[in-house]
Amino acid sequence: MSAESMSIFSPKLAARFDALVGKYPVKRSALVPMLLYAQDEVGYLSDAVIEEVAWRIGITALDVRNVATYYSMLRFRPVGKYHVQVCTNISCMLCGAYDLFERFQDELGIGDKGVTPDGIFSLEEVECIGACSWAPAIQVNYDFHDELSPDHVPGILASYRGKAGQPAQAQVQGGSAPHA
Amino acid sequence: MPRLVSHPDEIKVISKRFGMGAEKIDRYIELGGYEAVKKCLQQGPDWIINEMKASNLRGRGGAGFPTGMKWSFVPKQSPKPKYVLVNGDESEPGTCKDHLIFLHDPHAVIEGTIIAGLAIGAKVGFIYLRGEYRYLIEIMERAVDEAYGRGFLGKNIFGSGNEFEAIVQTGAGAYEVGEESALMESLEGKRGVPRIKPPFPAVVGLYGGPTVINNAETIASVPPAILMGGAAYAELGSPRNGGTRLVSISGHVERPGVYELAMGYNLRKMIYDVAGGIRGGRKLKAVVPGGSSTPVLLPEEIDVGMDFDQVGKAGSMLGSAAVMVIDDRTCMVEIALRTIKFYRHESCGWCIPCREGTDWLEKTLTRFHAGFGVAKDIDNIYYLADNMMGHTFCPLGDAAAMPTLGFVKKFRKEFEDHLNGKPCPFAREGVPQLTVV
Repeated sequence: MSAESMSIFSPKLAARFDALVGKYPVKRSALVPMLLYAQDEVGYLSDAVIEEVAWRIGITALDVRNVATYYSMLRFRPVGKYHVQVCTNISCMLCGAYDLFERFQDELGIGDKGVTPDGIFSLEEVECIGACSWAPAIQVNYDFHDELSPDHVPGILASYRGKAGQPAQAQVQGGSAPHA
Repeated sequence: MPRLVSHPDEIKVISKRFGMGAEKIDRYIELGGYEAVKKCLQQGPDWIINEMKASNLRGRGGAGFPTGMKWSFVPKQSPKPKYVLVNGDESEPGTCKDHLIFLHDPHAVIEGTIIAGLAIGAKVGFIYLRGEYRYLIEIMERAVDEAYGRGFLGKNIFGSGNEFEAIVQTGAGAYEVGEESALMESLEGKRGVPRIKPPFPAVVGLYGGPTVINNAETIASVPPAILMGGAAYAELGSPRNGGTRLVSISGHVERPGVYELAMGYNLRKMIYDVAGGIRGGRKLKAVVPGGSSTPVLLPEEIDVGMDFDQVGKAGSMLGSAAVMVIDDRTCMVEIALRTIKFYRHESCGWCIPCREGTDWLEKTLTRFHAGFGVAKDIDNIYYLADNMMGHTFCPLGDAAAMPTLGFVKKFRKEFEDHLNGKPCPFAREGVPQLTVV
């Protein structure tokens, strides 16, 4: 059986992984990047993702889980297509991050780690994202939005909701719709 | 795109190419890039290390270890390959300086990495960025590709016969991985749990080979230090603290931002002149001078030069030079709580004093801030934090304990004001208060 025919990843990502494992002095160095890139495509670390990554590196699935559970960006459940991450660490908190977080909760009707019923948005309170001098800051998937106030919230959500209606690019950006 | 700021007191050494399109290799070369590495190829490893020693450049990640000395610890002969590892995990709350380096000047990081490799005799350099910085990782990867395209990286760099490979690596969310031995573990595809030292990375590091690990800002400071000469670079700063520092100013100031200032620049001037003073004309209450793990300073303690030695003498640490400014409307118990919440989340759980200490501190402070504290809690918070100090394998335990001790010591009165079911005296309007029924 060839890797391509068995892979759950897109041909592009599978090719990228083939290159990645050969890049380091030891294969296993590719593990953390591989998990993150797989998550970007599939939406979360499903059992199938973990099995294939383990097979590609040549370690057990248990070993992969052992590593994956350490990293806070890696997740084992689906999130919304657009994962809104609100930093509430000191610098952001001093500049009103909790008011911002509350506004996101009100607008989306979900709490911390919640997913909207349509699967478009999910919300999470996160630790420092390295945008402290431009606080308060958030990330939607990998996009930074900084120097925000609660009044920016409806506009930000509307812009992503607009994108969600379009078919292109969603998978590349990371996050897939949760199972109904 | 993060806003760039400037102030007349700035000395632009690392930031001189910010906002000038230097993420493109041609523009970087046009602005004087890749000249330092050419000079190093002519002069050789001993010369490089001597220049770095003369520069008094000290580690920008927070520990302040002299860079030249660190490089000189790597054995000349080694049966195992040597490595350079650039730490761009930047996760210390308050710190956002490397963010701008990767965004505006990725080639400076590559050039500094090559120079470090030449100095220690490494053929491979890893540039590790935190996973949240995906757009910066893409910028770094493009820059590395460009450098390969020009023959600045590869089997025969600059036609010199030397080999050097650079690999950009993504993290996946972990503060602890900013600690050098945990960083190596992560790069080897494991949980970011620290290693016991000694042996130190300079002897046994990545894949068991001698490894130099430097913060991204340190690495970006290398090319300019080489170009102007170590002694001239040292002159820019204060005694034993060479050069300039990117200071991330955040919190309640009029003009927050990342400013490049001479080492030893006065903290009060930083807040009141450079950053425009306290937002809305409020009063200053406290300053956290070097990222969230450094002990808090009171307004009367900020006439201090911002270098490793002077801030140390003032009872805190320069750390990552992340200055967090706090005004008089802020509840210091809430700040202490939010700080410890972060460390509880980030503790890797290996050392019990850190794992249990951060957890109990968060629990106690949560209850305390909600108005359900009792008098002995204050001493208990102090006791818990004090017992974490020095009792863990990596500095995360200390990093969590030190600010907590500082908050209790310097703001004990505020802790007392929360006692016996009183609501938080600084509660924001409209926020419901827990009260004893």
